[in-house]
Amino acid sequence: MSPIFILARMTFVQAIRRRIVLTGLLLGICFLVIFSIGFRMINTSTIGAVTPGGGEGIQHIIDTEKSSGLFLAGLYAVTFLGIAMAALLGADTLAGEINSGTIQVIVTKPIRRSDVVFGKWLGFAGLLGLYLLLLAGGTALSILVQSGYVAPHLVAGLALIYLESLLVMTVAMLFSSRFSALATGGVVFGLYGLAFIGGWIEQIGAVLNSQTAVQVGILTSLIIPSESLWRRAAYEMQSPLSGLLGISPFGATSVPSLLMVGYAVVYLLAVLALTVRVFQKRDL
Amino acid sequence: MPLAPAIETNELRKVFGDNAAVKSLTLQIQQGEVFGFLGPNGAGKTTSIKMLVGLIAPTSGTACLLGAPLGNRITRARIGFLPEHFRFQDWLTAREFLTLHGELFGMEHSRLAAYTDDLLERVGLSTFRDKPLVTFSKGMLQRIGLAQALLNHPALVFLDEPTSGLDPVGRILVRDIIRELREQGTCVFLNSHLLSEIEVTCDRVAFISHGEVIRLLDLAALDTGQVTVTLRVTGLSQETASGLSTWAEAIHLDGNHLTLTARNEETLPEINRYLVTHGVAVYEIAPKHVSLEELFIETVGKEGGL
Repeated sequence: MSPIFILARMTFVQAIRRRIVLTGLLLGICFLVIFSIGFRMINTSTIGAVTPGGGEGIQHIIDTEKSSGLFLAGLYAVTFLGIAMAALLGADTLAGEINSGTIQVIVTKPIRRSDVVFGKWLGFAGLLGLYLLLLAGGTALSILVQSGYVAPHLVAGLALIYLESLLVMTVAMLFSSRFSALATGGVVFGLYGLAFIGGWIEQIGAVLNSQTAVQVGILTSLIIPSESLWRRAAYEMQSPLSGLLGISPFGATSVPSLLMVGYAVVYLLAVLALTVRVFQKRDL
Repeated sequence: MPLAPAIETNELRKVFGDNAAVKSLTLQIQQGEVFGFLGPNGAGKTTSIKMLVGLIAPTSGTACLLGAPLGNRITRARIGFLPEHFRFQDWLTAREFLTLHGELFGMEHSRLAAYTDDLLERVGLSTFRDKPLVTFSKGMLQRIGLAQALLNHPALVFLDEPTSGLDPVGRILVRDIIRELREQGTCVFLNSHLLSEIEVTCDRVAFISHGEVIRLLDLAALDTGQVTVTLRVTGLSQETASGLSTWAEAIHLDGNHLTLTARNEETLPEINRYLVTHGVAVYEIAPKHVSLEELFIETVGKEGGL
């Protein structure tokens, strides 16, 4: 078996044994239960009930908008949980093992240091995939069962959210290959915050037709394109009507282009390559 | 064709900031040799080992392991390593831990399962094979670490303070394992400051201080036959004492205590006879071999690495 897969499996088993996955699962299930109850209460409330003279068509539009809005709100929370998980996993992995010394008996085996980085990355990618599938899939399923609503471009949207969590995890691994876990956590959440604020500046700028604000947003997306992936995902999955109505907390007004998605992929690969390079040079 | 040296270093140097942890390490150690690496704390022993096993990059200098330059991946399959601070993947059971490391060595699964059990037996952990390492004591972790270092039937093993966490039983186990490795022709590079440990296991030792080899010693040759003796006597004059120079040197009389270095142990009865015929009452003759510890202090100085 290739050392990359041996280490990916090790990383996966480690996360399960160290109860990281269990904690994540419990929180995820809590989230799904609360979300489902909340959705049920809103869905069965009288707000938006058919007014006399109103057609079934209008009722349908209102129901769809309600489901769509709540679905995106739910996914927004799921995305945040996924990013937190990605940042924590990535921040601790190399820094933690270098600090404790467990890395010493790994890298002195007849393997490449890049195998260690790729193996860990692959293990975490598998974990994050399952985690997001459970949470985002659960959210979509809950809405489907309760209201019959399925968001447009669901698969593309979820793939973008997954890409965002992979991006954050990879950035965390880069800093983790050089700095302590705590410093890495600080830097990664700082970058995430920067992207978040940049995204909002871009959105508000778009509504107010401020080209400068939009450019500031794009600039922060170039520094770290995580938030723009969420906005592209939200754009893909929003109902056509909300797209027309403009700004909403969970939708997208200034839509990141496909070029930005491509940039995010290249960015991720470049950060991964840099992680390998930094880790190769590092005295352990 | 003669075997390539197990370890050959040439002016290996490592500088951290403006502190040279290892100034200039030049060594040649043959395959099958058990080599002791001695020095006070901070002498650069662990840094040297870390350079050799590829954990840290030398600032300058060159080194070859088993004939291949440092960092050669294929050679690493023939090298075992027990790090100083043995911290391992403690969420694995003993058997899983060895399986993981065997896989990383590129060993076949079929061969690995049987060998893992043998090794666990050898280091005295077979009853703990399915227990997670997190429940292990320091000594048990040291043992499993040692098993990990021997998993690949290495031609060269680096042991960094292998007995530091062990009780006397564990120390004897390590000593026996090193002896077996020597019989199998494995080169052992033993880093320790337990001098008695080194004395009984090693063929040769290097004393290092401030990152430099200051003395190389062949332990077999250390036993030159000379023996330092302390005698408790009464009625010995300086003149009679001087007469002992026929058999001994460094003769020193201090009250009732006479110390001297005899040529060999066989001369001791003659010395006794000489003293008795000169009217000296001999109460005690205590021969004392020169220990590695004394040599260490003599070489490195009492202040050690401070």
